[in-house]
Amino acid sequence: MAQIMIKNVRKDFGSFNAVKSSTFTIEDGEFFMLLGPSGCGKTTTLRMMAGLELPTSGEIYIDGEEVGQKPASQRDIAFVFQMFALYPHMNVGKNISYPLLSQGMPKAAVKKKVSEVAEILGITDILNKPVGGLSGGDRQRVALGRAIVRDPKAFFMDEPLGALDAEFREHMSQELRALHDRMKATTVYVTHDQLEAMQMGDKIVVMNHGVVEQFGVPQQIYDWPATKFVAKFIGSPSMNFLDFNGMVGIGSSSVNMHGVEFKIPRSREGAKGQLTLGVRPEHIHFSDTSKYRGRAIASEYLGTTQIVTIATPNGVIKARIPSGQKVEVEETIGLEFDARTVTIFEGERNRALISEANEGVLKHG
Amino acid sequence: MAEVILKNVSKRFGGTQALDDVSMNIPDGSFVVLLGPTGAGKTTTLRMVSGLDVPDSGDVSIGGHSMKGLTPAQRNVAMVFQQYSLYPHLTVRENLAFPLKSPLLKTSPSEIERKIKEVSEVLQISHKLDNKATALSGGEMQRVSIGRALVRNPAIYLMDEPLSSLDAKLRADLRIELKRIQANSGATLLYVTHDQIEAMTMATHVGVLDSGKVVQFGSPRDIYENPVSIYAASRLGQPRINVLPADLFQGAPAKAVSIGLRPEQIVQGKGDDSIVTRVEHLGDQTRLHLSIKNHDLITVTDAHTELRTGDIVKIQPHKPFYFGADGARLA
Repeated sequence: MAQIMIKNVRKDFGSFNAVKSSTFTIEDGEFFMLLGPSGCGKTTTLRMMAGLELPTSGEIYIDGEEVGQKPASQRDIAFVFQMFALYPHMNVGKNISYPLLSQGMPKAAVKKKVSEVAEILGITDILNKPVGGLSGGDRQRVALGRAIVRDPKAFFMDEPLGALDAEFREHMSQELRALHDRMKATTVYVTHDQLEAMQMGDKIVVMNHGVVEQFGVPQQIYDWPATKFVAKFIGSPSMNFLDFNGMVGIGSSSVNMHGVEFKIPRSREGAKGQLTLGVRPEHIHFSDTSKYRGRAIASEYLGTTQIVTIATPNGVIKARIPSGQKVEVEETIGLEFDARTVTIFEGERNRALISEANEGVLKHG
Repeated sequence: MAEVILKNVSKRFGGTQALDDVSMNIPDGSFVVLLGPTGAGKTTTLRMVSGLDVPDSGDVSIGGHSMKGLTPAQRNVAMVFQQYSLYPHLTVRENLAFPLKSPLLKTSPSEIERKIKEVSEVLQISHKLDNKATALSGGEMQRVSIGRALVRNPAIYLMDEPLSSLDAKLRADLRIELKRIQANSGATLLYVTHDQIEAMTMATHVGVLDSGKVVQFGSPRDIYENPVSIYAASRLGQPRINVLPADLFQGAPAKAVSIGLRPEQIVQGKGDDSIVTRVEHLGDQTRLHLSIKNHDLITVTDAHTELRTGDIVKIQPHKPFYFGADGARLA
């Protein structure tokens, strides 16, 4: 298994620029997520790592070797397409041994290798079964087995669970992650589902319009987004944006919004004009004493918690509160934000201002 | 709007019993969501009410009248399908106006205009009114097809996974809008989904279906807090309820075979030792995968927990559910 380094990689399709100068590193053994909306360049990036597309410029290193302009066949990686595409006329063992036999590996060695892989995946007892009658979980294991049997340097997967319904998908993603923990294979996984990315990934790259918006550990990206796009894309409901006209000085630890003073993490930068206060739904609290007030528009029951939609002087926001707490629609509510968690965004560039809270995450992001 | 009653409705397709003696009261002005996995009979139930299929036995009545022998058109229902079906040669405005132009309804042009304006604003498609229906994105087409149902004033709206093709943000917006429209207008709605968030947030009543049978019918809170079986309990709640052998913990009633534990029914910090097998940071919360006496369970903890794989956490059930051998709730 291997480390993969992407350096200033760019891809143009004719006059269309799909990926602009991407740089990030995937460490050996990591489960790495490429996340973004459709058209953001995540699949193109994956295909360039795999050698299915060649970058217009920039370098790609697999295990220290520059492979940017090499074809897929010389990169020693396994691309897992649709999870369940198996040879229907072969049994499980034949499906897994096929890649080795077609490489001309001796029969005895193949047998040894297949039983090794079957052991890891826990499918030894079904090796002689036809693939037709297998459960979805077993099919996934077989498809994976066929990929790892070659001992590739990395696995690449493009929305492998995209076509499944919610229940089955949840099950499969857990299984996939558990297999990864056992094999420790470097895995690059493309998805547009932020929850899937948070749940499965050791690290995430968030892309938008061909640009890497942020790169890092899921919880840090959630807590300290570098841009408004990331703040909006990660989390459900997403981060609330309260737009206001005001200023933040270097060293300020509060902002004035709509005549009310809000505490914020001490700012390391100054800005004025159109600003946005970003706060996550679970960091909004109701308080009778707060001078900042909003009107409840809707409340949605979610079991343990409820989501309350509130109209404020600075836009509509959503708060997540315990479902036991009573909220009447049309009720006026005093609002407080958990000061330690707030991010201030600069209006024009949609970028998070550096503060004492997020500098650790954003300075080397 | 009207009350809709299904009485002992059964339906077979070849060897499959699609609906098995289904009885259900859909009160006037209610928002009923049918919940269940693929093949549970949700869509078939909807088609029984719409008249697209007829029951083998049993009866459907709308507003007190039996629907026996009536075609979909005669039933005064408005349908939205998962797969939008618009008139491709008409503009969005014409598509929305079409149901109102029926000679039976005698809607005045100004009234039609008003309705279209209202509905298109709610569904965020006002700026596309003069586009051809085919010149829209998938999400926009689906909104137009919802709009085409909303401009009417039928006895009941029937919707089959209308939001499943939309992206997450739009789905969240439309959930609130649909709920608001329904609550304000007093419309009766029968809605099919396999998305539990939609069921919990919009429904006044949830009907849980299992292999053609209604296994529980009640408010989302009822089904979440007071499920009748393991099956019903597993329909709602993220992460899913943990179902473990009852004797894993002390205090199980005599006939209990399984214990059901939602995250809030698991107290951390006292009780028996469990080991952390995986920590998933989801942002607003962290999911803890635990193993206790070789059984796996998932619970939720603080977003910034210090716990790591391999740590020991003590856990104890708190007001758990108990189920018998057949999966039915005991306590």
